[in-house]
Amino acid sequence: MLDAGRHPNINMLAYSEVEEVSGAEGDFTVRIRRKARYVDESLCNACGDCVAKCPTKVPDEFDMRLRDRRAIYLYFAQGIPAVMTIDAENCRYFTKGKCRVCEKTCQKKAIDFEQEDRWVDVQAGAIVVATGLDMLDPQVLPQYGYGRLKNVITGLEYERLINATGPTGGHLFRPSDQKLAEKVAYVQCVGSRDLNHCRYCSSVCCMYSIKDAMLAREHDPNSKSYIFHTDFRNVGKWFQNYERRGAEEYEIEYIRGRVGEIEEDDQDNPILWYEDTEKRVVRPLQVDLVVLAAAATPAKDAPKLAGILGVEEDENGFVKADGESPVDTTVPGIFACGFALGPKDIPESVAEASAAAARVAETLERKHDAA
Amino acid sequence: MTRPKDNAPEKPEREKDVRIGVFVCRCGTNIAGFLDTEAVREYAESLPGVVFTKENLFTCSESGVAEIKRGIQENNLNRVVVAACTPRTHEPTFRAACEEAGLNAFLFEFVNIREQCSWVHKAERDLGTRKAKDLVRMGVARAALLEPQEEIRAPVHPGALVIGGGIAGLTAALSLARRGLEVHLVEREPELGGTLRSLNRIYPGDLDARALVSSRIKEVEAHSKIHVYTSTQMSALGGYIGNYRATLAHGDETSSEIKAGVIIVATGAHALVPEGLYGYDGERVVSQLQFEEELRNGRDLPERVVMILCAGSRNRERIYCSRICCMTAIKNAILVKEKNPSASVHVLYRDLQCYGVENEEILRTAKKLGVRFVCFSEAKPPEVEDGRVRVWSDVVGSEFTLGADRVVLASALLPDESAGPLAKMLKVPVDADGFFLEAHVKLRPLDFATDGIFVCGACHWPASVGESMAQALGAAGRASVPLRAGEVTVEPIVSALVDDALCRGCGLCASLCPYGAIEMVETEEGTKARMISVACKGCGVCASTCYRRAIRMHHYTDEQLQAQVSAYLKGS
Repeated sequence: MLDAGRHPNINMLAYSEVEEVSGAEGDFTVRIRRKARYVDESLCNACGDCVAKCPTKVPDEFDMRLRDRRAIYLYFAQGIPAVMTIDAENCRYFTKGKCRVCEKTCQKKAIDFEQEDRWVDVQAGAIVVATGLDMLDPQVLPQYGYGRLKNVITGLEYERLINATGPTGGHLFRPSDQKLAEKVAYVQCVGSRDLNHCRYCSSVCCMYSIKDAMLAREHDPNSKSYIFHTDFRNVGKWFQNYERRGAEEYEIEYIRGRVGEIEEDDQDNPILWYEDTEKRVVRPLQVDLVVLAAAATPAKDAPKLAGILGVEEDENGFVKADGESPVDTTVPGIFACGFALGPKDIPESVAEASAAAARVAETLERKHDAA
Repeated sequence: MTRPKDNAPEKPEREKDVRIGVFVCRCGTNIAGFLDTEAVREYAESLPGVVFTKENLFTCSESGVAEIKRGIQENNLNRVVVAACTPRTHEPTFRAACEEAGLNAFLFEFVNIREQCSWVHKAERDLGTRKAKDLVRMGVARAALLEPQEEIRAPVHPGALVIGGGIAGLTAALSLARRGLEVHLVEREPELGGTLRSLNRIYPGDLDARALVSSRIKEVEAHSKIHVYTSTQMSALGGYIGNYRATLAHGDETSSEIKAGVIIVATGAHALVPEGLYGYDGERVVSQLQFEEELRNGRDLPERVVMILCAGSRNRERIYCSRICCMTAIKNAILVKEKNPSASVHVLYRDLQCYGVENEEILRTAKKLGVRFVCFSEAKPPEVEDGRVRVWSDVVGSEFTLGADRVVLASALLPDESAGPLAKMLKVPVDADGFFLEAHVKLRPLDFATDGIFVCGACHWPASVGESMAQALGAAGRASVPLRAGEVTVEPIVSALVDDALCRGCGLCASLCPYGAIEMVETEEGTKARMISVACKGCGVCASTCYRRAIRMHHYTDEQLQAQVSAYLKGS
């Protein structure tokens, strides 16, 4: 990210959205809305003085709403560009007409309440769609109790809890009582491989659940993890070694079977009812915390973007690859890579990104030659 | 190629000639809020060689940078120390400021008193301030010994060598050639095409494998920028990024030499012949590859087919999953059912690897067509005897006996046997299973640690045709970067052989260098190490290993590091 941010040939337009695309391969015009940050990007150096003084607290989206941020904030510590943004919907000045404490605090005079959304037109010979993924809200599967049972969380929420820079400083404190969660269950295919929700396999959950369970054990030697899976899909480089290491060194229990329902006892401990298909029994398991591997979905605005670009999507909302190149879309000059094309892990996404870059180069250089 | 001066360790300039300026950043309150920056500045003033000090609100701001430039010009500074944050974000800014003021960029030293000081000692103002002083003293001591350095540049020969003429190699070669770049494509077999030549249909698009690969071959053979060498193997390789010289051994026992700026490795993989597994006989118990052949010929397909997955993989001997065999089996199961709906097809599996969108749909299609799936466990594998397969199903809790006119074994994918010797020639690593090992498993999946060499397709790890093609395009993209730039530039933080006479040619440095950046050459004085500066990453392994101390690291010399350590030990 830092390398991209620093590269002289990359003009990074963060906090911006594509609104209109015209033209064709070799000569697109892209209208981009640059949303007002109310902070001058060229002046702000993210020192954080304004944040310390801002009186308004808002749930932090980056931390999966597990703690609060302020109305002026840095999306996350390593974000590029490292500049503050005022969230006008929650800012006291914008909502109540007075405050401007940040403006008074900023020694670099970077706050600019007069800033407005701007539109810029960018000329481009080719376009790459790399909009990544979002996650299914597991509340659509009421049997798992997400949103109702306090100690049932999603994989992404877990990521923040176990992260040293996260809301608990990396300790696996469970939501109901902030006690260290020792017995943790990981439920696979929550909405994935499910005709009612996402028909496809999200591809990354089996591995990240093993990783999550390993991390828990590394933080706490008494931690005990259970992963409930159907087909255990660990197909990438060395993934099988990883799976075996999880069982042998981290004593993770892999249980083949879907979880039918999650309840809780009077101590807020989740109880999973599951079928062990290898032992052919249905039984309960009481744990401290449940982590749901919710289906990964196309980015929320992917359909809107596909409409603007005119590219075809599949029935799930992933961009359709066309023809013999795996990164070409149905529109010449528009390419895609990563999760936008369908579920895949980091190395595959990175490899595809290079592929898309190569196809872009082929396109631009061909046009260049013709001219 | 311009190299940094390879002369003997430069004597520190006489102390009175060293004129160091120290800039201490407050970083708003990020540093100044937790330690006494004014005290740090005042302390810096007292250090040997320091002739100018300045405290800035934000050294990285326009005004801060202007103050550095003014400081250099007005005070004739010949070394600059900034005590601020991490070099990752602002080192380029400050180096540029030095250059703009007429000072070589490598006469700049960065001291981190934010991440390594104020932020981690927020509650200990006095101790934090003391540590900041220590760090500044160390930085100043090193700065006094810094030497000017010039960026290293070397030209790149404008052509690529692609090793392997399967779908990955063909795709990579075409992508480069379409951009007007010259490609030498080397294939060991008499024909291009690789594994796809022996396949039937490929998933997920249900394409004809031969038609796909034939169209690629035609395009490659017709392309004026691609030189195809069939029945040819690389027998020797010398050089480095931008300047490789490969010897090609041709089938007619002649050889030739070609030059290339970059190399793409695409040697593929092949299926294990399942000798000794499940009664394999090549007739009634066959490999999936043999079954492909049978399907392609399409006559008298067997009525009862049982496929057994993970034959020779995901076991103790070969832990890895070959990734593509499940889908290959399901695709072939569908082909059987489509041709003969009354056929009985069973797929015996451990975990069905139908990752992603399309694979899952193909699995659904197979189920709709009546393909039966039976899950078995590693502990209780199926048994094949006399036209029957017995398999224990955990789910059902009983054993099935399935009649089988044909048993099809989906066997493990193995890296091509050429991978090991080729890896030695390229000086790149392979993993424990014999697949090529990339520079970084997540972030650099198509690069080797050695600059200028790239990898794609199943020689890196089992991959489907689509995945191999994506990787091939990606590798071509990566390889085109130095080709298009026409030269490589490297930060001059590289190793240098200081003294030929000291080098005894033991070769330890060359064998330890992870980047293939040291060659051992024969000279009149015996074997000597030769540093390839453009390939060097400045890791310092060679310099710290050389027991003759014949190697030194530019910009991180022993003298500079010792001065830093001594300055620390001396105390304030």
